[in-house]
Amino acid sequence: MEQVIMNQLSYPILSTVIFLPVLGALVILLNRRAWELATKWIALGTSLATFFLSIPLFLNFDKSTHKMQFAERFSWIPQWNINYFIGVDGISVLFILLSTLTAILCVLISWESIKTKVKEFYIAILLTTAFMIGVFCSLDFFLFYLFWEAMLIPMFLIIGVWGGPNRVYAAIKFFLYTLVGSVLMLVGIIVLYLYAGRTFDILELMTINYPYTMQMWLFWAFFAAFAVKVPMWPVHTWLPDAHTEAPTAGSVILAAVLIKMGAYGFLRFSLPLFPQAAMAMVPVMLTLSVIAIIYGAVICLAQTDLKRLIAYSSVSHMGFVTLGIFALNTQGLEGGILQMLNHGIVTGALFLSVGIVYDRTHTRKIADYGGLATVMPVYAAFFMVFTLSAIGLPATNGFIGEFLILLGGFTRSKLAGVLASTGIIIGAAYMLWLYQRVFFLEVNEKVAGLHDMDVRESLTLIPLLLLVFWIGVYPNSFLSFMHASVAHLLERVNMVGMQEASAAKSVLEVIR
Amino acid sequence: MNFQLADLAPIMPELLMTALALGVLLLDLFIKKKEVIAVISLAAVALIGLSLFGSAGEVFGTMFIADGYSTFFKVIFFLNVILCILISIKYIAVEKINYGEYYSLMLFATLGMMIMASAGDLIVLYLGLELMALSTYVLAGFIKHDRKSNEAALKYLLLGAFSSVFLLYGISILYGLTGTTDIRTIAAVINERALADNMSLLLSVIFLIVAFGFKIAAAPFHMWAPDVYEGAPTSITAFMSVGPKAAGFAVLGRVFLVALASAKVDWATMLIPVAILTMAVGNIVALSQTNIKRMLAYSSIAHAGYALLGIIAANNEGLASMMTYLMIYAFMNIGAFAVIIMLRSEGFKGDNISDYEGLAKTHPLAAMLMLIFMFSLTGIPPTAGFIGKLYIFMSAINAGYTWLVVVAVIFSAISAYFYLRIVIYMYMREPKTDVSLTTSFSNGVALAVTTVAVLVIGVLPATLIEISKAAIKGF
Repeated sequence: MEQVIMNQLSYPILSTVIFLPVLGALVILLNRRAWELATKWIALGTSLATFFLSIPLFLNFDKSTHKMQFAERFSWIPQWNINYFIGVDGISVLFILLSTLTAILCVLISWESIKTKVKEFYIAILLTTAFMIGVFCSLDFFLFYLFWEAMLIPMFLIIGVWGGPNRVYAAIKFFLYTLVGSVLMLVGIIVLYLYAGRTFDILELMTINYPYTMQMWLFWAFFAAFAVKVPMWPVHTWLPDAHTEAPTAGSVILAAVLIKMGAYGFLRFSLPLFPQAAMAMVPVMLTLSVIAIIYGAVICLAQTDLKRLIAYSSVSHMGFVTLGIFALNTQGLEGGILQMLNHGIVTGALFLSVGIVYDRTHTRKIADYGGLATVMPVYAAFFMVFTLSAIGLPATNGFIGEFLILLGGFTRSKLAGVLASTGIIIGAAYMLWLYQRVFFLEVNEKVAGLHDMDVRESLTLIPLLLLVFWIGVYPNSFLSFMHASVAHLLERVNMVGMQEASAAKSVLEVIR
Repeated sequence: MNFQLADLAPIMPELLMTALALGVLLLDLFIKKKEVIAVISLAAVALIGLSLFGSAGEVFGTMFIADGYSTFFKVIFFLNVILCILISIKYIAVEKINYGEYYSLMLFATLGMMIMASAGDLIVLYLGLELMALSTYVLAGFIKHDRKSNEAALKYLLLGAFSSVFLLYGISILYGLTGTTDIRTIAAVINERALADNMSLLLSVIFLIVAFGFKIAAAPFHMWAPDVYEGAPTSITAFMSVGPKAAGFAVLGRVFLVALASAKVDWATMLIPVAILTMAVGNIVALSQTNIKRMLAYSSIAHAGYALLGIIAANNEGLASMMTYLMIYAFMNIGAFAVIIMLRSEGFKGDNISDYEGLAKTHPLAAMLMLIFMFSLTGIPPTAGFIGKLYIFMSAINAGYTWLVVVAVIFSAISAYFYLRIVIYMYMREPKTDVSLTTSFSNGVALAVTTVAVLVIGVLPATLIEISKAAIKGF
């Protein structure tokens, strides 16, 4: 067990962070239906407590090692050699913090907009949070898959029950797309389990070199699950519907955390488990990423719906993330991880912002807005910052991530790097144009007289605003988490991948 | 030659069950309140259940085998009959079919299943099967004043009789080939005379697949299931979808893996298309159903398809996974029926899917339980349904059928649609009709047991896996 540093803190931090929201959900379940305010406060209290309890992860993290930290391990289903095994490394730790932060914002933003089935709503939000955190710290494939799929249930309900007019269609599309991908991954997981002599231990599975053909099959089986979640082109079509129809909190969870799981899956599983296949598939992955970047951006130009536009911009931005990951070099990978974080912050913030005006106007049509800067000046300032960050302006977090990714991408393939940068230009075009249409021009009569953001709404945006500048000005406080883990990951990919590839080449030459 | 009574311990549960079923029939003459009969049956079944655990052994030569395998199935049958009696008590009063024979027939059917699970001889197997089948024919038509129920009984009887003939034909060919009806001797003779490639053996295998396929409702022998499930009293639908199916799998496992072990290639090749077709028909046709009992009938067909993978794997792990699956299926399916049964009230059928519109608003607890069962039937963690599927898939992949599992998971993803449809109706639509639930204490108990089982097995399956593994040892 030299790959793992067991939890040194006075309490089992990861388990607490996973199960505290579950506990909160149980308390809400037992709460009386009529006491809606109590329900909200329980949800807020739970999410705040979860966040504060997760902060030691940030402070006590040992950045000098790639090993799994804060690990906990208990035997769970001995018959199948399944353990309750959790821990975090530099790749996953920040996402846990992002999840716990998002939970608070989701509770806050829904405070007044959710009026029906209040109890069920907060239960669903808390359960989703718990399962998301679980996904990021599972070190046992069974546990991972359990959280991965269980999350679908509350998410399906959040979209389908509290969403917009077309919510049922969006919910079922989301569920089915994700499920088909996941079950194929399940087959892959079982194959790995049996091949490795019956173990679900992810760290143990990573020490094995799998035959090349098997790697290929498994790579695609896992690809099915992760690509749908990311979402990569051409399996992205569930995303615009789900993001658009979901209630604000649902969109925020989807954008900020849920779709990060796909990219996280590539990093955590596809690369280290199937390094040769990943190496071989770099051209395919880069192509898909570039298509996603440009296609997503171009589609954004044609959107007339606020949320849909931001949803499509996610496709484009996630294209950058996968580009960075499959550039398979330090800059690309670190940029990819950072950009996942950035995208979570910025897109989450944009969805929150849209939610704030939507609660007032109940319209998502861009044409119904205009002149909002006159009516809601504070709101306009917030939105401006997030817009600029989405574009990737220096001094905001977006710049750092995209810059690193382009650097990495350019090193791997010049063409990919050049094409991807056009995505940034189109990105600037659609975001600024959106800003112009919503905030400048004549004051649209539909938005005349709206009151500006109140304290609660500002509170949801301020943390994200701070993060935008923090990462933008001093990214090293976040990048430093990743160095050791990314270096270790690359070592594994390059060593095994190259070595085996050259072995395969020499075999081929002998045959010739 | 001294006549000595055999040691009856192995068959004691069956004897007690016979006595109970007959006793209930008699009691019915004296007891006016039929609820009392139900309670007596429940208590007695639970007591007889205890006698299962001291019953290991064989009796009457090798005609009757009580081993871990049969005991595991008998536990499923007991759970099935107990839970189904619990959900019946109020329901049959609402349906105005509150007769004592109802319980007696359920017990006789259970007795038949027990004999099937323990049969070491094809004739005993046939006896058990007929006892079970005849009782369920009657139960399916128990709502005398309802045409659909009558239709169900008649259809079930005619097709069931037809399938029994296939079974007899299959048995007789086997007898002709090997000169015995003893399951283990058949295996020995087939080996000894190298009959594995014999064409008549192949024919017998086909007939057996038809007969057992009918009992487990595998396509293309499933045609009876939707009509019978829809027409039968709901409690009996629950009973039939679990008990006879599990019994069918029990004999399928014993006959194919013991008697026909050396003809494995033959029957595995034949069962694979049957399994695929079963999953396809079940899952695809279920998509377009408007009646929830019919939908669950197709769902039950689909689940038979998954469980067949355990038989196709053709080893102990496969059998253990199949047994675990059936146990889990019993809980989640009867749980779903326990919710369905609550919607039936005086003058309201409540078996249309549209009756579930807005249930989450009017009856949040019932809706939440239904949600749990629907996700469990889909196989989403952390519910028991996921554990069942995972085990089946694991054993099938281990036996080399990865491609078949890929097919199965695709169908399982398709199945999400029709299970989710119920959830959508309950949670995402506004209530249209005013649904009042028929609640009762006993139904509540059944719901509590099934819900807890579905969730606990979903999170802590270790014990169940251990039990099924232990049960299969030495099979």
